[in-house]
Amino acid sequence: MDVATKSESSGLHSSLRYKIIALVGNENVHAAGAADAVAGVQPKLVIEPGTESELAEVLRLANEAGLAVIPRGGGTKLGWGNPPARADLILSTARMTEIIEHAWADLTVSVEAGGTIQRLQETLAQHGQRLALDPLWPEKATVGGVLSTNDSGALRLRFGALRDLIIGATIALPDGTLASSGGKVVKNVAGYDLPKLVTGALGTLGVITRAVFRLHPLPRNTRSFSVFSAKADETQRFVLAVQDSKLAHTFLQSQFSDEAPPVSDILFEGTEAGLTAQESQLRSLAAPANVMEASTPTWAAREELWNFVDPNTTAVAKVSLLPGDLARAMGGVEQAAKLHHLRWRALVYATGLGWVRLEGKPAALKGALQLLRVEMEIHGGSLVALHRPEKMAEFEAWGNPGDALPLMKALKQRLDPKNSLNPGRFVGGI
Amino acid sequence: MEARLLDELREIVGGRGLISSPEELHTYECDGLTNFRVMPRAVLLPNSTEEVQAIIRICHRERMPFVARGSGTGLSGGALPVQNGIVISLARMNRILEVDFPNARVVVEPGVINLDVTGRVSPQDYFYAPDPSSQSICSIGGNVAENSGGAHCLKYGFTTTHVLGLEVVLPDGLLVHFGGKTLDAPGYDLAGVFVGSEGTLGVATKIILRIVKRPECIRTLLAAFPSTNEAGAAVSDIIAAGMLPAAIEMMDDLSIQAAEAAVHANYPNCGGLLLVELDGPVAEVEALMTDVNEICRSNGASEIRVAQSDAERALVWKGRKAAFAAMGRISPNYIVQDGVIPRTALPRVLSEINRLSEEAGVRVANVFHAGDGNLHPLVLYDRRIDGQEKAAEALSARILELCIEAGGSITGEHGVGEDKKKAMSKMFAEPDLATMQRVRCAFDPLQLSNPTKVFPTPRLCGEKPGEYVAHPAESAGIAERY
Repeated sequence: MDVATKSESSGLHSSLRYKIIALVGNENVHAAGAADAVAGVQPKLVIEPGTESELAEVLRLANEAGLAVIPRGGGTKLGWGNPPARADLILSTARMTEIIEHAWADLTVSVEAGGTIQRLQETLAQHGQRLALDPLWPEKATVGGVLSTNDSGALRLRFGALRDLIIGATIALPDGTLASSGGKVVKNVAGYDLPKLVTGALGTLGVITRAVFRLHPLPRNTRSFSVFSAKADETQRFVLAVQDSKLAHTFLQSQFSDEAPPVSDILFEGTEAGLTAQESQLRSLAAPANVMEASTPTWAAREELWNFVDPNTTAVAKVSLLPGDLARAMGGVEQAAKLHHLRWRALVYATGLGWVRLEGKPAALKGALQLLRVEMEIHGGSLVALHRPEKMAEFEAWGNPGDALPLMKALKQRLDPKNSLNPGRFVGGI
Repeated sequence: MEARLLDELREIVGGRGLISSPEELHTYECDGLTNFRVMPRAVLLPNSTEEVQAIIRICHRERMPFVARGSGTGLSGGALPVQNGIVISLARMNRILEVDFPNARVVVEPGVINLDVTGRVSPQDYFYAPDPSSQSICSIGGNVAENSGGAHCLKYGFTTTHVLGLEVVLPDGLLVHFGGKTLDAPGYDLAGVFVGSEGTLGVATKIILRIVKRPECIRTLLAAFPSTNEAGAAVSDIIAAGMLPAAIEMMDDLSIQAAEAAVHANYPNCGGLLLVELDGPVAEVEALMTDVNEICRSNGASEIRVAQSDAERALVWKGRKAAFAAMGRISPNYIVQDGVIPRTALPRVLSEINRLSEEAGVRVANVFHAGDGNLHPLVLYDRRIDGQEKAAEALSARILELCIEAGGSITGEHGVGEDKKKAMSKMFAEPDLATMQRVRCAFDPLQLSNPTKVFPTPRLCGEKPGEYVAHPAESAGIAERY
């Protein structure tokens, strides 16, 4: 069936539809199917603009018509956040995949938002460089999606989060404005730092169309080790001791679960001479605990956590805590899981950011998440429910955004006054 | 100022917290950029967050603009008072409130001096990484406003990398919290937007900082090259070799002369001096130092020295950090610039600066953070010689244009402030600036917090976006609406 006819039946005004088709081409406008649903909400059309000006124009038309727009990259994390209050159009960056400029001698890269992280890393590796970030599912996740969800992994300890790696961004606003901020140089304080504002904003302020990153060299050599402890407080002591030492480690993560004692994994990068020296320092610091060469799969631990069998009986939450609070927090997870008869495992980086997976009945998952959120927030941290069974979609994803919520709403109002972008998906109903 | 208002303000901060006599106000009429001067109506020296809030509530009620001020060392006029406005000096709010070593966090008030944070945590072998050259006198609050950098930001990042949370008084007097001691607090990264906003979004009253463990060793190498071209080529090779030094600094012959005259750093006499600092585990640093040495030699370094002691290292840095002030030794007047270029454009931009300098008959000394492409050309002139000041200003503006043309920035760490706001429209297109203004309007719809800075044209915020009501200033043609 012709797209124009089909979407008429789903209530999209035909003149708008023709405008969009004229803009991006018939072949880049599709009726949305069940696979395009966003947290259970069915959109009508999927639109794939080829350039950032096309994207901005589609956005402007949709906004003018009062339609709700869901920006989409690889779609790997489309379920994160609250279900949208409305969803009319999926605005996909699938065709915007160009690596605009890898200025390798300047250690920077400019990319379009729709390219995957893996392809970017492959290009950078040709000059011995990397974007020092290890997000989930790099083979599918796009630059724009990873930025919007602020996804970071173990490398964050050493190289910082996306906010520390992004140096420039172009965003499309609902009124069709294409605005750039930051720049192409690593050091730059001219104007407001809007690249940071849109990082982690879940596409609620504008659609990221391109980004500029600072890069790091690939390591010359690496060595990694696992250190086993009997209990969480031993793990915490080890983590804090490493953090307080002169070791120059790149990753440090600890894994906990209901079936095995905790294990911490540490990775070093550098020259062979440097690695040998650090290994011996690590061994004396960890003694009497056993230090073993780590197996490679340990670095896939975060993706492993997401490899669950049944999405209807699993919840995955991102937690943020103080490193000095690690043992208490893990004790809390264990207790909450026990109380609600849940299986559990957790992965916490030395930065204090972690991921907790709970498995069991939806009602029990909800009870445990509520309990854990209260506990995290009391101690100055947070719990964000990234995946929860469809049956508990009403469980608020984000938790308490604090006293700056009215200001966040004011920002949203200034940039997206008609609430067209991802309505209802972000904190406090934004 | 009306006596009634003065009394009300005095009530908040006490008699010793209010400065209103013209003689005393002179101290506050400019910051480190002395060629702009505006007399404030009054200066307030609050002692607590509550006092800052109370002052700002009055400003809001009276529609009276305010400018927050730290130590006043800024080089772009960010703390320059605005017409009919008051200055809020945070100098008395200088307490370090909390030091948390297990989590490597420090909570400070905005008036705390940058170096005092390191001073406080150094017994436990930690330091606060951002190190602007003025670190012994500049305040953390000022660093937050300007997103200050420093020589070591190549490896350690800028102020924004190290600010995890903020307590802020918004321009309507409301107290809000951005970020916190833990990472990734739910919501927009308002701390990320606030840091570097040059005082235009509100006043920070508490700042949560990250501190860093001192590396096992630090090695500083000085290499003398015939000119900055060879030194620049060595920098490129160091980066291409996959190294990330803690700092790479470059000075040309004029800067070396000035630094020598001022602090006798014992620099070799040459056309281009490179200072490379590596830090980390001893074995790692020594292995890489051998590589750096080799790279410098192969690029024509005539002399290479490695600082042998902490004292030698300190002296090397003293020369570099004193370079701006040292210009006074070789020139009566000078303009400091702060442009940034992609590192690879360095040779081209430098030779163009040399050409322009010869053409204008005005000397330019060059000091750079060479690792990140941040140039600090110092345009030297003598005000007493007719036409020199004009020529120096023109050359200085032309250098900024060169930076923009090369794909760089008009400011790497000093900020836009009053000084470079006109250049903003050369670096950014109109929609870019308009979008930033929309962010500003969300924080400060009445434009009371350091208005007239950063942006080239004054604009008003529509209270309700989309609904048009002409403002008197707009009808009079003295402001345009965003």
